[in-house]
Amino acid sequence: MKVLIYIGSSTLSLLEEIGRMFLFLLQAIAWIFRPPFRPARILNQLYFIGFKTTFVVTLTAIFTGMVLALQGYYSLRKFGAEGLLGSAVALGMIRELGPVLGSLMVTARSGSAMTAEIGIMRITEQIDAMETMAVNPIQYLIAPKIVAGVMAVPLLVAIFDIVGIFGGYLVGVKLLGVSSGSFWSSIESEVGWSDVYGGFLKSISFGLIVTWVCCYKGFYTEMSAEGLGKATTQGVVLSSVLILVWDYFLTSVLL
Amino acid sequence: MQRGRLELAVGVFVVLGILSMGYLALKLGKLELVGGGYYDIHAEFSSASGLKPGAPVEIAGVQVGRVKTIGLNDSQASVTLALQSGIEIYSDAIASIKSRGIIGEKFMELSPGGSGDLLRTGDTILDTEAGIDLEQVISQFIHGNVE
Repeated sequence: MKVLIYIGSSTLSLLEEIGRMFLFLLQAIAWIFRPPFRPARILNQLYFIGFKTTFVVTLTAIFTGMVLALQGYYSLRKFGAEGLLGSAVALGMIRELGPVLGSLMVTARSGSAMTAEIGIMRITEQIDAMETMAVNPIQYLIAPKIVAGVMAVPLLVAIFDIVGIFGGYLVGVKLLGVSSGSFWSSIESEVGWSDVYGGFLKSISFGLIVTWVCCYKGFYTEMSAEGLGKATTQGVVLSSVLILVWDYFLTSVLL
Repeated sequence: MQRGRLELAVGVFVVLGILSMGYLALKLGKLELVGGGYYDIHAEFSSASGLKPGAPVEIAGVQVGRVKTIGLNDSQASVTLALQSGIEIYSDAIASIKSRGIIGEKFMELSPGGSGDLLRTGDTILDTEAGIDLEQVISQFIHGNVE
């Protein structure tokens, strides 16, 4: 009997949580299109999510590209197809690794900070103060973050792709001696518009997922220091998992 | 942080991102914003197995265009080629599907011919050779039917 009650109550609370998350997203999206617009806040968030993440994304990208070239070289060499290394690196980067790893880095760097920032504002009752002053906290805090996330993540992913391919070029051509002509020509002949388009679509949706989940977890944090720590962890874990799961679904639909 | 510095940083980031995006879309994705510079020629093959849209079209090993579309026409593979304008091919041109190495990609080799009429947009190359089916060749070899 107790087991049944436990199962029932946890199912209900899970459903409530999912429902609350979607209502939160709908509210945030609705508030994006309602004046007053605050371009300065979006600019601030673009600086925070975009510019400040560029360095870490570049670093991740160059090493991802380098290791991809190394691994690809040893697999392709078995078939005597080292000439395809360029397309293997570029397709891997553009289709999968760029969007996924790029957004995971954004989650780790900006998403966690977002949850903590909003959570602190909740705990110190700054959010309640905003409501008292008739400033909608979702519009003032959340909407600019979501807009900036959807704008910044595709740009970061594009930088990630380019830098990653360059990293692959460094290892493949400069270190392992694949001819530079076949490296670039295999990229040009194999990579098509559908690959690039699929990567962009993924990165836009990942940008939405990261900002949405991390803002939600901060906004509804428990009112204690411990609770905020828990919320931050949950935000990062949930958005990382959602990115990977959603990536699988998008890939299977796009292919 | 000063407002000017902030705007500069965001500006740098956005320009960098859009440049990367543009490079991906235009150079790698081959998204053609401006058409032109190309004309279309048709060719029919008994089999276009392995040939994909976007495959290079070469004359004497030099790329002169791309395969644009592949369709079916009366149980023949109907292939449309986009050739750079300025490349002249004649009505006795031969189009053949070849592959680079055993697992290499398929591409189209043209020998432009030299007599007859100049082919224009929408004309058809009559003389075509489908790619060699490697398995068939090997099985012929194994079963001893090689002439």
